[in-house]
Amino acid sequence: MRDKGSQAALVSGPRDCSWVRPGASGLWVAPADCWIDPHDPVERALVTHGHGDHARGGHQQVFATPETLAIMALRYGAARDTVAVRYGDTVELAGGVSATFLPAGHVLGSAQILLRYAGERVIVTGDYKRRADPTCAPFVPAACDVLITEATFGLPVFIHPPIEEEIARLLETRARNPDRCVLVGAYALGKAQRLIAELRRAGYGEAIYLHGALVQMCRLYEEQGVPLGPIALVMDTTKEALKGQIVLCPPAALNDRWARRLPDPITALASGWMRVRQRARQRNVELPLVISDHADWTELTQTIAEVDPAETWITHGREDGLLRWCELQQRPARALALAGMFDEDD
Amino acid sequence: MEAFAELLDALTYTRSRNGKLALIAAYLQRTPDPDRGWALAGLTNSLDFPAVKSAVIRQLAVERVDPVLFALSRDYVGDTAETVSLLWPAPPLPGTPPTVAEAVGLLSAMTRATVYGALPALLDRLDANGRYALLKLATGAMRNGVSTRLAKIAFAQAFDVPVTDVEEYWHGQHPPYAALFDWATGRAPPPHAAGAPQFRPFMLAHPIGDTAVDLDLYAVEWKWDGIRAQIVHGDETRIYSRSGDDISHSFPELLGALDTPVVLDGELLVRGAFQGGEEGGAASFNALQQRLNRKTVSRKMLEESSAFVRLFDLLLIGDEDLRPLPWHARRARLEQFAAGLDPARFDLSAIVPATSMEALAAIRDQARDQAIEGVMLKRRDSPYLAGRPMGLWYKWKRDPLLVDCVLMYAQRGNGRRSSYYSDFTFGCWNGDPDAGAELLPVGKSYSGFTDAELKWLDHHVRTHTVNRFGPVRETDRSLVLEIAFDSIHASKRHKSGLAMRFPRIHRIRADKLPREADRIETLRALVAAEP
Repeated sequence: MRDKGSQAALVSGPRDCSWVRPGASGLWVAPADCWIDPHDPVERALVTHGHGDHARGGHQQVFATPETLAIMALRYGAARDTVAVRYGDTVELAGGVSATFLPAGHVLGSAQILLRYAGERVIVTGDYKRRADPTCAPFVPAACDVLITEATFGLPVFIHPPIEEEIARLLETRARNPDRCVLVGAYALGKAQRLIAELRRAGYGEAIYLHGALVQMCRLYEEQGVPLGPIALVMDTTKEALKGQIVLCPPAALNDRWARRLPDPITALASGWMRVRQRARQRNVELPLVISDHADWTELTQTIAEVDPAETWITHGREDGLLRWCELQQRPARALALAGMFDEDD
Repeated sequence: MEAFAELLDALTYTRSRNGKLALIAAYLQRTPDPDRGWALAGLTNSLDFPAVKSAVIRQLAVERVDPVLFALSRDYVGDTAETVSLLWPAPPLPGTPPTVAEAVGLLSAMTRATVYGALPALLDRLDANGRYALLKLATGAMRNGVSTRLAKIAFAQAFDVPVTDVEEYWHGQHPPYAALFDWATGRAPPPHAAGAPQFRPFMLAHPIGDTAVDLDLYAVEWKWDGIRAQIVHGDETRIYSRSGDDISHSFPELLGALDTPVVLDGELLVRGAFQGGEEGGAASFNALQQRLNRKTVSRKMLEESSAFVRLFDLLLIGDEDLRPLPWHARRARLEQFAAGLDPARFDLSAIVPATSMEALAAIRDQARDQAIEGVMLKRRDSPYLAGRPMGLWYKWKRDPLLVDCVLMYAQRGNGRRSSYYSDFTFGCWNGDPDAGAELLPVGKSYSGFTDAELKWLDHHVRTHTVNRFGPVRETDRSLVLEIAFDSIHASKRHKSGLAMRFPRIHRIRADKLPREADRIETLRALVAAEP
């Protein structure tokens, strides 16, 4: 089915001839001897954003946006040596490499990293999206020779609907069920705060109830200047008072014993995977909300076309779909097999 | 179409039977005729549009997106109709969605010549959920757990009529079931249904577990490895599966074999090469599966794997309802009745003589042949009761055989398991692994594990892949799986020369080394003696 060219590129892994290349701990910038989003403790790490599969603890020196550093400090405690790089700012690394952090639009503080060395420009997008998000700065496209793009939703079946439609379905479900609560599973960093902010944008003024695991990150967002409106803890509220309310929890708590304290909850999950019916069924979800902080197929392909790099490297997700698209567009591309990256987070 | 699409989605996301019943009932109440009738036909897989087949739909999609991208997407989503509904390019201007009745009319009118133009035009009038509903309506395979029986119960709930009446009047009615709705909503008398071959709920058995049973009070029969079936003769013969679905069309050879009004309970089996059992004559379950879910049965199939029913109960005969009688009285009537039947189509399930549980355990273990799954214990004085009453019937399956194999390949599953690597191929050594022996595949399984184990296995596959062949991943052969199976027989189809019956993953043996897995010769010694 697949043509021989792409099969070979997929299986044999990347060529070993560039100053940015995959290594044992992630993506390695050779002349500067530093790693991007390394999954093991290293000397020098450039971190695109605060999600656990990109930001880990234990590095000697961390370069990241001030917001990402604050998130990492909350999760892992203070790093030994941190260098805060604001959006648009450039830092000089060893070996003649410089790094500029550009907004990625994924979560608060998320950045693309533009690396310059010997006249070449490489952009590592990290995770990104192109849609408006009231909780973070929008993605800024920039020219480069090599674009290293994520591919979480790199198949043409993944087209995220407008978030307004999904928020409207959530509010309708709530209104139709005054004796139940709607329990929405959402990642603690990014998704939860975006959901709250979008509910506010839709005019929802009531308190939003949180699982304990979401509280600290919501506070951090507010400290960083993202208002979330009235929020309250499930722990402090009676079952009766939760009827007709919206409750947020981490996805893992959806089918957990914890949910027994809620009044007959309607289980919802906010994720790009909810586009596929059987994925929602696998998670016992009654109200799938297709809300994602990753670029969908249209955003991924339009971004490559817009940035128009000489070469596209694809990682983190369904590489083979995006690789095939590049092939059809006659764009040089290859899939990077990065260690420690799993494709199921959103 | 929007309301029907919403119903399909809600059924997909609702697990409880009562929840599904309430959804269907509410839809039937508020949807006008004839849409609700067509929807009911769609839900029960009673529609057939000869020109609109899965291959046509795939072809239409491949013309609009690249074939490789389609294949990758189909592999990920695990369902062709859903993949196409998601991939279909949005038309420049949104169209007016059709009603269900209009969609059925248009689908019926399509021919092999017109379908390539007419179906896209219809798809362009719908959004992604509407396209999904349309394609499911056109091709069946709803995958939302609605059986015909469940739909009938929902119908009864919607209009507050007895389900037995629904069963009776449903017979002989065709989509969109106008006479049925007219009757249920009080607009007309019931449709004529005298002599309708009507389904009666089955009596089912409990697993015996640790229950000690006094064999003076219980009769023992073999537990046959076929399909439980109810054969009903009235004005014609119908065959119902355990769920109450009408499977008559798959077994035409049985439809002319009765002439007395009767309701029989038995096991549907197929004759074949692998004969065994006390009575002989039954093929492997595999041969039977080939016969199921076919709208037409070829002459070759009828000759090579002809079906018969091994009878074990008689529920009704003539005007007489035998269900309140004790089992032994029904058995006597059954033996009397079966003596007059065509032995090529019907035989009797033998009574197994056993005086103690110990003796029975020995009999059960020795009966390792193709068509026997274990034994059934039936209380001699038990009436025939619907459902699973306590203490009357027990099933005692024989213990499975166990071997240690090594995981070799994995593939993503379909349906509920889409995106998970859940179909596993495993192998055994063709000699001494320390002396250069190779692993040869001996079986494939997609069951036996819990949801948590599935996640673990999926993760193992993703992190131990050494090669990809299309949708198949080859693993590094580092994981030992304990495989349980019912029997094993010689097969020319596999390189190992062996084929397992119902292999399932019994335990994940991450504690074992691959070299400690079993050898082919060990498996070969387990092959049951076959003629």
